[in-house]
Amino acid sequence: MDLFINLTLNGLATGMLIFLLAAGLTLIFGLMDVLNFAHGGLFAWGAYSGLWIYSETNSFFIGIIGAVITGFVLGILTEKWIIKPVYGNHVQQILITLGLMLVLSEMLKVIWGPNQMMASPPDYLKGSWELGGIIIIKYRVFIILVGLLIFAGVQYVLKKTKIGLVVRAGVMNKEMVQALGINIQKVFMYVFMMGAGMAALGGVLLGPYSGVIHAGMGMEFAILAFIVVVIGGMGNFKGSVLAAILVGLSGSFMAYYVPDLSLAVNMLLMAIVLIIRPQGLFGAKG
Amino acid sequence: MNDLLKLEHVETHIGQYHILQGVSFEVQKGKVTVLLGRNGAGKTTTLRTIMGLNPASKGIITFKDEPVQSLPTYTIAKKGIGYVPEDQGIFAGLTVEENMKVAIQTENEQTAERMEYILNLFPDLKKFWKKQGGNLSGGQKQMLSIARAYVNENELLLIDEPSKGLAPIVVEKVMESILQMKDQTTIVLVEQNFMMASTIGDCFYIIDDGRTVSHGTMQQLKEDEEMKRKYLGIA
Repeated sequence: MDLFINLTLNGLATGMLIFLLAAGLTLIFGLMDVLNFAHGGLFAWGAYSGLWIYSETNSFFIGIIGAVITGFVLGILTEKWIIKPVYGNHVQQILITLGLMLVLSEMLKVIWGPNQMMASPPDYLKGSWELGGIIIIKYRVFIILVGLLIFAGVQYVLKKTKIGLVVRAGVMNKEMVQALGINIQKVFMYVFMMGAGMAALGGVLLGPYSGVIHAGMGMEFAILAFIVVVIGGMGNFKGSVLAAILVGLSGSFMAYYVPDLSLAVNMLLMAIVLIIRPQGLFGAKG
Repeated sequence: MNDLLKLEHVETHIGQYHILQGVSFEVQKGKVTVLLGRNGAGKTTTLRTIMGLNPASKGIITFKDEPVQSLPTYTIAKKGIGYVPEDQGIFAGLTVEENMKVAIQTENEQTAERMEYILNLFPDLKKFWKKQGGNLSGGQKQMLSIARAYVNENELLLIDEPSKGLAPIVVEKVMESILQMKDQTTIVLVEQNFMMASTIGDCFYIIDDGRTVSHGTMQQLKEDEEMKRKYLGIA
């Protein structure tokens, strides 16, 4: 029982980190029809900038805020300078965002050096609780709670606010949104900024979870995030959280029981979904 | 000057295709101007060009004496032009209520009054207020699309083939509602159904091969059998 609960918590925590990365990716694809391969780079930048601020200020909270702001700024710049000129052209988007991903990763090495950076949770999130003989690691619970909070927050914005309504409408019919007098370019920028902020938040939370960060982490997680986006349904926000949990849990259990298959199981899951339901588990038929 | 909208020698390219090759017409305030022509003549592209969805490559479009041909679509819409596209443009995953909320530019007393007016005109929308747009019938989708365009204080409505794909009884209903709206706003109507066009319209322009080739009052067109046969295929 102890093992089952810990593997589940581990899977949920990993799932939430992937969700933070995949949620932005799926919204950016759904609304802007943009395949952003640089999204993992924003995740890695969140990790490095946040943990650097954390080490300088000794405040994990300020580190998190710093990471999110870094994400926002990089998101705005990426959308304005890199993505805008290639709207509507998937091939160019893939090439330019892959290039940006490499630049972002290499820039991390230039600024913070090529070595890995160590990270640990703040004192109040270190250690574990013991409930009925079951050890529960505090930091994992923290990640799950932050992930759920972000999910609830984004769901609230999407369902209950005008801007959320416009984003949902924009995913369905961009042209009509403009014809109703709404500046869709501005909405694109907000969504890109939010997506980048969430990715950066995921990055900074990953640091103390894995204990170490490195410049290549963006690409590793971006692959998982793309798998999640495909399984959940491209452009479907709710699908991305459920698929992220599925990928997180399957990865966690497989890593324990059949370690050799832990990455393959996600690919297998994606292949099965693509065969049975090509639009993803929660995607609308295209 | 009584012209609310004026197109002068407007040309539009879509990709490599030269679709509009010289469309000129004037829309008088308070009137219903009908654009007629065969399939593929350029009527829908004309409306899309006015909205900036397929921007004009040449020519001048003035709305309330101000050139709008270089403006982005959302600015054109904000100037007071409502658009009902051929495919209705309903947000299928949003409810009727949410579709209306997206459309409302400023919530004030006027929009509340207009909302009440339009919901009385289309009681089906009130009935299916919480139903998703994608689950509405063709006629209800058309009503929702017109309601969205009308709810803001738009001085001009561009309505593209409102009768397309609808059962005759529903066409009648849509036609009646447009006739009622006629007193409230200026309308440019693209319509293949000549009965509907001639009932609603005050004046007409015929577009053929991307050019305006004829115009006049609707009464003149009704009496001109030769023109109807030549450009509209009506015997």
